[in-house]
Amino acid sequence: MHEASYYIQLLLSGITVGSLYALIAIGYTMVYGILRLINFAHGDIFMMAGFFMVYLCTGMSPLVALPLVLIMTVILGVLIERAAYKPLRTAPRMSVMISAIGVSYLLQNLATYVTGGLARAYPEIPGLKNTIQLGSVSVNWITIITPVLTILLVVVLVLLINHTKIGMAMRAVSRDFETAQLMGIKINNVISVTFIIGSFLAAVASVLYFTNYGQVSPMIGAMPGLKAFVAAVFGGIGSIPGAVIGAYIIGVCESFIKANETFSVFSNAFTFALLICVLLFRPNGLFGEKMTEKV
Amino acid sequence: MLKIKDLHVSYGGIRALRGVDLEVPDGKIVTLIGANGAGKSTLLRTISGLVKADSGSITYNDNELLGKPINKVLEEGIAQVPEGRRVFADLTVLENLKVGAYLRKDKAEIEKDIQWVYSLFPRLEERHWQLAGTLSGGEQQMLAVGRALMSRPKVLMMDEPSLGLAPLVVQGIFDIIRTINQQGVTVLLIEQNANMALKIADLAYVLETGVITKTGTGAELLADESIKEAYLGKKKK
Ligand SMILES: Nc1ncnc2c1ncn2[C@@H]1O[C@H](COP(=O)(O)OP(=O)(O)OP(=O)(O)O)[C@@H](O)[C@H]1O
Ligand SMILES: [Mg+2]
Repeated sequence: MHEASYYIQLLLSGITVGSLYALIAIGYTMVYGILRLINFAHGDIFMMAGFFMVYLCTGMSPLVALPLVLIMTVILGVLIERAAYKPLRTAPRMSVMISAIGVSYLLQNLATYVTGGLARAYPEIPGLKNTIQLGSVSVNWITIITPVLTILLVVVLVLLINHTKIGMAMRAVSRDFETAQLMGIKINNVISVTFIIGSFLAAVASVLYFTNYGQVSPMIGAMPGLKAFVAAVFGGIGSIPGAVIGAYIIGVCESFIKANETFSVFSNAFTFALLICVLLFRPNGLFGEKMTEKV
Repeated sequence: MLKIKDLHVSYGGIRALRGVDLEVPDGKIVTLIGANGAGKSTLLRTISGLVKADSGSITYNDNELLGKPINKVLEEGIAQVPEGRRVFADLTVLENLKVGAYLRKDKAEIEKDIQWVYSLFPRLEERHWQLAGTLSGGEQQMLAVGRALMSRPKVLMMDEPSLGLAPLVVQGIFDIIRTINQQGVTVLLIEQNANMALKIADLAYVLETGVITKTGTGAELLADESIKEAYLGKKKK
């Protein structure tokens, strides 16, 4: 039998992982909400953010590099949308999906080419890995900052979407492209804002994730990306609260399963089993809108 | 004046409009009637910029609108109430109205216009907090009209506003159309309900499979034998 502190530790690490999935999942779910597109390249944007940090830090301190990483990732996300998705706006949705898969491989191959396929050590941001003692539980700063920052960002995002003009436009566009245009909304701007937000959150997640993990490699975006995508589907793709809650459920469950010696190897399989179970009973996910096809 | 000249529009190979000429003089109610598939919605959608034309011209006060982006057409003062209402279901009534004023920046004036729309449709004020998707069909139509008015249009184009509504509600919508027009808004009204549309119209056009086949004042077309037979004879709903 383990002590309570052991379980608290597992819970905390689950919450941390869940937060990271949540930050990535929001990008999937928002883009889906607006474009009905699964942006397969999103996990790779996350990976690229990791490499931006690695390469920027060869010439500057991590704290100076940090804001640059955020900006560069946002630019990358918007550029991808402009170059790979926008030209296909009126094409069948499947074509856009294939374009997204193409971008995903392009980014992975690009990263492989530049790095020679090797993992690179992620720069240490001073202070983040220091541990502190909370009663009988010892945690590092990342574990505390991650969920707090995530919740804060989610709250800001929800306020933005519910109470600002651009948020209102996003909700209108996600409901009805054409009528939104009739109201004078420039959908391309709204779509860009969506990619800005998604990429920004992915960049934040990358800093937290790689600081903990210690290294970046070209394929590393795939697994967290996939988990976050599952979280988004689990919560009901298109729904931001759904994606966040789905991410936390997956993160915490995963943390407990990984701690079990017998089952730990199945932790990834578990994620998908959970998804299948939920979708059997709730085909639209926990908070999903009824899947009205876009008109 | 909104002027359409020799407008051709096609979808793939299907020619939906084949040389349409139509004029909407300022301050008037102009109606366009025609059977299903005649191309009425296509015309409105082309004016708004949602559909690209093959050739022809659409001018408003001598400004060419063809080729302009959708938001620019709206900025010129031409708003559309789309077919089937298309309110934003998961926005509140008030938010729908605000989206209608999306291009405007004059906050105080927007607030006044919200009150103006409420005075036209008191029901919307009662329900301003409600999600638009939960409104009744008639209320949604009121909202769709109110939302279009929020852009302060000079020309309001309405695509079958009476579709699927009970006779009493339809009467209400037509009363409002007249009121809006009296307040200075030019109206281009598409209707299958030819009888009522012709009664309030100053000017009327008949569209058949992509061409205008008849034009005249509302009263003239109401009295026209062939129109009576085709559009007024049996009460088509
Ligand atoms: N997006 C589209 N793609 C292909 N064909 C279309 C499209 N939209 C309309 N059409 C065709 O163009 C023709 C005119 O359609 P339109 O919707 O303008 O008719 P309408 O007069 O508004 O009819 P209704 O009274 O039924 O609304 C029809 O034959 C229709 O099938
Ligand atoms: Mg129509």
